[in-house]
Amino acid sequence: MKAAAFHYHDPRTREDLMGLLGRLDDLKLLAGGQSLMPMMNFRIVAPTHLVDLNRVDGLGGISRQGAEVRFGALTRQREVKASEIVANDLPILTEALDHVGHVQTRSRGTIGGSCCHLDPSAEIPAIAALYDAIFEIGGPDGTREVGYADWHLGMLTSALDEREVLEGIRFKPWQPADAGHGWGFYEYARRHGDFAIAGAGCLVDISDQGTIERIATVVMGVDAVPVRLREAEAALVGARPDRTAIAALVEAARSIDAMTDPQVSATYRRRLAGVVTERAVLAAFQRSGITQ
Amino acid sequence: MSDTRTISLTLNGAAKTAETDVRVNLADFLRHSLEATGTHVGCEHGVCGACTVIVDGQPVRACLMLAVQADGSTVETVEGLATDGALSDLQAAFSRHHGLQCGFCTPGMLMTLHAFLKEVPNPSETEVREAISGNICRCTGYQGIVAAALDVAASRKGA
Ligand code: FES
Ligand code: FES
Repeated sequence: MKAAAFHYHDPRTREDLMGLLGRLDDLKLLAGGQSLMPMMNFRIVAPTHLVDLNRVDGLGGISRQGAEVRFGALTRQREVKASEIVANDLPILTEALDHVGHVQTRSRGTIGGSCCHLDPSAEIPAIAALYDAIFEIGGPDGTREVGYADWHLGMLTSALDEREVLEGIRFKPWQPADAGHGWGFYEYARRHGDFAIAGAGCLVDISDQGTIERIATVVMGVDAVPVRLREAEAALVGARPDRTAIAALVEAARSIDAMTDPQVSATYRRRLAGVVTERAVLAAFQRSGITQ
Repeated sequence: MSDTRTISLTLNGAAKTAETDVRVNLADFLRHSLEATGTHVGCEHGVCGACTVIVDGQPVRACLMLAVQADGSTVETVEGLATDGALSDLQAAFSRHHGLQCGFCTPGMLMTLHAFLKEVPNPSETEVREAISGNICRCTGYQGIVAAALDVAASRKGA
């Protein structure tokens, strides 16, 4: 189908954008359009005003800022995937991007758009959950920042108010790879580039004594939002990165209250949650340089 | 409510200008306003890849981009591949390897691979399959398409 009619606005400056956000009612913000455009073509979404962010100055770009890596919200997924900064500081994000859509959708799709749309099986929000990323929000009344836990409120729902825009996302890298850092990402989809049925990511820092200093594990596609296995993570600090540690995380993943749909039952999703978690954690432990 | 805009873009090297409703996507704009019907429209929601064109050097789904967003851009479509009526090496390889049957997916396949082979001139079979993972073909079973891409890569290297 074709999109229903709308009024189109393509502001060039942040100031113009804020002016439109303050003034217009029933508006939608258009970033890369790889989710919004299909929804508009299906007429699931038919806003009166479409505000295109693509020509606004200064909304893109990847930079190191102190101990953090900052992404302008409009940074294309393709650019993130090709970035040296990302490959070095946030290697799990580079790997996860291989699974984000296809080359044609990554050319347009943005990191911010993915974090605002919040599909339950989207990889980028799951990685943001893993790092407890910070979201920079702007609006006509000023700016504010929220952490991931306060950003992702539910199925397809972010903390953005209708008159606000996501301007940037900041990730704080863990230890460098040569200092005992490991990471792993694994997902299962029916075809390459399809929405995953389940996926998992894991970050770990291993101490000089060979024990877990810090660990984060996320499971996506199983519940409506990416699930961090926080209790199991906390219990593993100081433990050895071995089979017992993996089993504890797998157990936690299999206890997630899984979604069910006509193709994929909750039981199958939970089983798969265990499998993808096991593979992601194992990869993280192996990459940390510890083999047991 | 029908906002219109005048769009100017470069299509396969030629300057084009036309007026369009802002809600029109790039694929329909190319087909209806610029009468470049080589670009096909399959699903209109980003699944089939038939509408793939190259905008400012990047392959994109033309059904998921508004025509107004391409204002000022350089667009390459399947019509730009042949020179003086002679098929490009990639097109000729598709023909040789039976990389097409009904031809509906072909413009998208060609543009995807055209961009891909520029970026990865020496791909493995896996890389080719991954490159076309966003393009659906109902006829060929993909074997001929993959063979055509690998053949072109090999002969370009030899040339
Ligand atoms: S028509 Fe654009 S992807 Fe199918
Ligand atoms: S040749 Fe018929 S769909 Fe590909």
